[in-house]
Parts: sequence; C-alpha cells; structure tokens
Amino acid sequence: MADIVLDGVTKRYDDGSTAVRDLDISIADHELLILVGPSGCGKSTTLNMIAGLENITDGELRISGKRMNERAPRDRDIAMVFQSYALYPHMSVAENMAFPLKLAGVDKATIKNKVEHTAEILELTAYLNRKPGHLSGGQRQRVAMGRAIVRSPQAFLMDEPLSNLDAKLRVQMRTAIARLQKSLGTTMVYVTHDQIEAMTLGDRIALMLRGVVQQIGSPQELYEQPANLFVAGFIGSPAMNFFTGEVVDNTVSTVIGNIPLPDKHRRALEAHLSGTREVVVGLRPEAFEDAALVGDRTHGATFTQCVDIMESVGSAKFAYLNLASTDRPSRITELDEETGADEVFRDSQLVAQLDSRSPAQESEDLQLWFNPSDMILFEPEHGRNLLIED
Amino acid sequence: MTTGQAVTGSKIRWSAINLIVVFFAITPVLWIVSLSLKQPSTFTDGSFIPRKITFDNYLGIFRTGGFARPLLNSIGIGLISTAIAIVLGVFAAYAIARLNFPGRRVMLGASLLIAMFPQVSLVTPLFQIERSLHLFNTWPGLILPYVTFTLPLTIYTLSAFFREIPWELEKAAKMDGATPFQAFRHVIVPLAVPGVVTATILAFIQCWNDFLFAIALTSSDSARTAPAAISFFTGASQFEDPTGSIAAAAVVITIPIVIFVLVFQSRIVSGLTSGAVKG
Ligand SMILES: Nc1ncnc2c1ncn2[C@@H]1O[C@H](COP(=O)(O)OP(=O)(O)O)[C@@H](O)[C@H]1O
Ligand SMILES: [Mg+2]
Repeated sequence: MADIVLDGVTKRYDDGSTAVRDLDISIADHELLILVGPSGCGKSTTLNMIAGLENITDGELRISGKRMNERAPRDRDIAMVFQSYALYPHMSVAENMAFPLKLAGVDKATIKNKVEHTAEILELTAYLNRKPGHLSGGQRQRVAMGRAIVRSPQAFLMDEPLSNLDAKLRVQMRTAIARLQKSLGTTMVYVTHDQIEAMTLGDRIALMLRGVVQQIGSPQELYEQPANLFVAGFIGSPAMNFFTGEVVDNTVSTVIGNIPLPDKHRRALEAHLSGTREVVVGLRPEAFEDAALVGDRTHGATFTQCVDIMESVGSAKFAYLNLASTDRPSRITELDEETGADEVFRDSQLVAQLDSRSPAQESEDLQLWFNPSDMILFEPEHGRNLLIED
Repeated sequence: MTTGQAVTGSKIRWSAINLIVVFFAITPVLWIVSLSLKQPSTFTDGSFIPRKITFDNYLGIFRTGGFARPLLNSIGIGLISTAIAIVLGVFAAYAIARLNFPGRRVMLGASLLIAMFPQVSLVTPLFQIERSLHLFNTWPGLILPYVTFTLPLTIYTLSAFFREIPWELEKAAKMDGATPFQAFRHVIVPLAVPGVVTATILAFIQCWNDFLFAIALTSSDSARTAPAAISFFTGASQFEDPTGSIAAAAVVITIPIVIFVLVFQSRIVSGLTSGAVKG
C-alpha cells in the first residue's frame, strides 16, 4: 500500500523531444487513478517512469514519501501489466505467475499456495499447466493480471491492459478490474486512450495532451466543468458540439441563433472578457431534445434545422444536422491536428441526442430545444473554459 | 460434396508430388548405402539390393584405410569452429538486433558479402599465408577459415532470430523483480535457444562439408578432414577398386550430421514465442 507523488516530473528522450512536461500528480493510497489522453500524449512514458523502466529527466517521484528516481524497478515493489501482456511464452500459466515470487526467494509451498489462490480469483485454475500460446486473449490478459497481483505489490500500473480484447470482453474485464482493485485496496494507475473506459473506471481521471496534464478530477468534474476545449471535446460520446459565437449585449449569436446568456454566464464573461467578444460555444449532444417532447419550454431556446441523418441506438436517437459553415476557431483546428481526431471537433455539423420516442425523420425539419445554462463558453485564443473561476 | 472431393483431390496431387521429390532426393543416398554393403565383385551387377550384405568395406576403411584419424579431425575442427563462430555470432547478432549504432546495416551487408565471396579465389593466398605462419596442415589452420566463413551466416541467422524475440519481456521481467542478469538468464536465453541451435546446426554442417579448404590446406592425416581423406582412398592394391571404401566412408560421414540434427531438432520448437504478446 502506498501513495505515489509525481512532483514536476519531466521526460526528455535522447532525441531531444519532450514526451512529458512538468507533471504534478499525487495518487492517494488505495486510489485508482486513470491516465487518459490521445495516442502519443505521454501516458506510457509517465507509467514507465513510475515503474522505473525510463529515467526521469527532471522532477521527483515519491512512493510512500520516499524518493524513487534512482531506484531500479525491482526495488520499487510495483507490478505492471503491459498492453501486450508480455507473458513468458516458454513458461506455463503457473510458472508465469510464480516467476515474481521465485525471484523474491519465496519458498515453494508458499508459491504454490499463492499461485493457486490467485488463479482461483481470476478463474484460471483449469489452465495452470497451459502455455500462454494455447490461451485465448481474455485468458492471457487474466494471466498478466495474475502475475501482477500474486506478490501483493505496493501499487499496480496498467498500460492499456484491455485494448487487445474485443468490445464485449473489454467491458467485462473493465468491471472485473475495478472490483479487483476495490477488494485488494491496492493503489493503481491505469492508462487508457478510451474516454469511456476512463469515465467508467476511475475515482479520478488525469487527462493529458502533448505531455501536459490538462485537468485532473472526478469523471463528473471533467464532464461538467471541463477546463478547456480539449477536455470538453475528449470527454463524452458523441463529442461536444462547438460553434463560434459573438457576444452582443446579453445574447451570444451563433449559427443556431441568438442564445440569451444566463446570469452565471454573463457574470463569468464580465470577469474574463476584456475587449474581445468572441467566444467558442460548447453544447453537448445530451443538452438537446426534440422540442415536440418538451412540455415546459420557458427556460429554453429552440431552433429549427433539417435532419441529415438519424441513428437509433435503442435507448436514444442521434440526429445529425447540417449547419451553415462558419469560420472555425483556429484553436479547434489546431486541436484537431494535434489529436488527429477530425470527427471530434466537427464544424458545420451538430449532433443532438433525442429521446427514443422522438418522431424526427431524416430530410425533414426538426425543432430542437436546449437549455442555455447547459452552454459552456470557451475563450477562443487558448481554449480555456470561461465559466471556471481561477 | 464437391469441396470435399476437391480437398481430397489436391491432397492426392500433393502427396504424389512429395513422393516424387523425396524419391529423387533419397535414391542416390540409398544407392551409396547399397554400394557400401556390397562385395567388390558385385558392384556392377546392377542390383539395387545387395545379394549378400558385407561390412568389409566399413571395417576396411578403419583398419587399413586409416579413416579414424580424419574423422576425428573433422569432428574436432568442426566442433571448435562452430563453437567459436556461435559465441562471436551471438554477441554480434545481439548488438545488431538490439543496439542502434551507426553502420549497423553496413556491417550486416559486409558480413553477407564475405559469405558470398568465392572461396576458391582465397585458397592460394591462404595457402601462402598459412605456410609462412606455420599454420599449414594444423587444426588452427582450418579452424581459422571455417570461422571466417561460418560467422557471416551465423550473424545473419541469429540477428534475424533475435529481432523476433519480444524484448518487452525483458521489461516485464524487470518489473517482476529480476536483475538484468536474471532477466537474461530466465527469459531471454530460453527464447533465444531455438535460434542459436539452428545457427549451430547450419554452421557445423558448413564446416563438416567443406572440401576445398580441407584439401588445399592440409598435407597429412594430422589435420586432414574426412571429406578430403576420402579423395585419397585407393584400393589395397593398385588394381583394387576403392568404390566400396568410398561408399562406406560417405555413409560414415553422413551419420554425425543425421545425429546432430536429430539431437537438436527437438529443441527447435517452432513458434515458441507465440502467445507472448497480444493474441
Ligand atoms: N524511446 C523513445 N524515444 C524517443 N521518443 C519517444 C520514445 N518513446 C516514446 N517517444 C515519444 O514520446 C511521446 C509519448 O509517447 P508515449 O508515452 O508512448 O505515448 P502514449 O502511451 O500516450 O501513446 C510520443 O510522441 C513518442 O513518439
Ligand atoms: Mg502507450
């Protein structure tokens, strides 16, 4: 059991590129922290530095209050599960799981006990004598987990442990890992590029972009109060809709009409915006509803637009509406390029999540309702959320 | 079912082709075995299966032909050359597969070039050099060129094998509490063994089969290897036909290779690394 503190940790690779910059994260004892971000943002690098597989260029890593920078991986008492599982192909499942114990000099009887006990937890008892080559992907994944938990380390590090499994198994294993972590109470850092995995798993999420942490908080915080455009666009599925807007008096004018500014927004704008009146408006697909299904429309704004595509997922419907093309805020274009996710930051198209009872049809006009207080306003220059006090 | 018939049909076709190829390859070998078991008077009787089996030819080459010493030379020189080539090759191949140093490609290319170099053009210079260095007609005199010519092949085979090893396992071992040496000993070595065994077999066969250097760089039984010795076989008298002895010797020098391959074959478990990563 241990707490992990990253204090201003920076990683520069030999080629001069900075993979992680000035990272400040502290992970409490027993906590499950999710490190999430697009591919190449430095998640694995961070994990490898905690593990001791990569040197720390600058800053300090402390585990249980002790400086770890110079310690070899085996002196840190941390277990790691790799994306590729990294099972030893020449050893049986039992030998794979016994390996860390054998290296630690544990006696044979204890090893046997622990391996059998772990195999039981992970439902691997029937496969103990098999080689990894003769196991399914899910079983291999469990062996990798078993090898990590068998020696009761101070902390677990997981580098996208589920990304090689099929969708259904991934969901099953996700809950299994969360349950396991809760029951063992061991501190865990879990890396994933999948925001849904991050949202469902973690107590706390640290979202990274280009080696810099953008925001740390609970899934709810990241969803409701994203620190900036990038966090807002990355969290949530389908992704948040963004429009450019211009603040005129007490309204913000956008492609979906002039939206009256709620008090909270107005106050925030007064505090932040000096001179420029340009903003980026963010509205989640969930913020919209088919106006026909909304009884009391007093608090809302509406607009009408032709539906391009309707998609139904059973419990809800998604309406894709084409909007008049507007100038994209340069920051959004930039973020698109950085994350390589051009559909995340769509312009000229809006996604609305509707109740499954909505009668909306493709190629017909649809009146959409939303509550302006669900709107998030971002500063176009750096993408900062204007509604958050600092 | 038509697909079932198609499958059987293609099976039969492939079996037939395989049979022809195997027959083609094995007939000369069987012929030599048959010759070695015949009495000199029946060599030309045209019968494939000897009428009367005799081991006189085998006894002859060891008793009067003095084949034992060349055979010993062959085994000794072959094993020593192979051992040296493999040890050097493992280090070189590891560096080429794992380390990123300038000139890595050039080195691999140069080693291939050496392997392809026409050996016959080196025989005369080597003969002169070894004479002046007093290496002529000694074991080291043969070991040296053998190592030179097996090393490129060894490096090439081993570096291809080493590249295939999932090196992430080394990291996994470190996380599991292994020292760098333990990671090497318990994880990397077992995975590298099949590659090393394959390279060993290839290197040994190359040394064992050499005739050119053996005939050019030796002058007596003190270093002459078995293939060279066979070419010096004569009958007991000028008029006696050495065919039987040559056939017997040919069979004898085949046996170590067969044993060598059989012993090590079980260790070349193909696909040993499958299941290490992903699925
Ligand atoms: N050994 C290395 N040498 C140089 N650059 C590296 C090395 N490993 C990773 N990088 C770079 O560092 C950045 C972060 O990589 P990584 O931590 O693997 O990202 P993630 O795991 O988030 O996908 C990437 O731009 C990658 O190209
Ligand atoms: Mg990664």
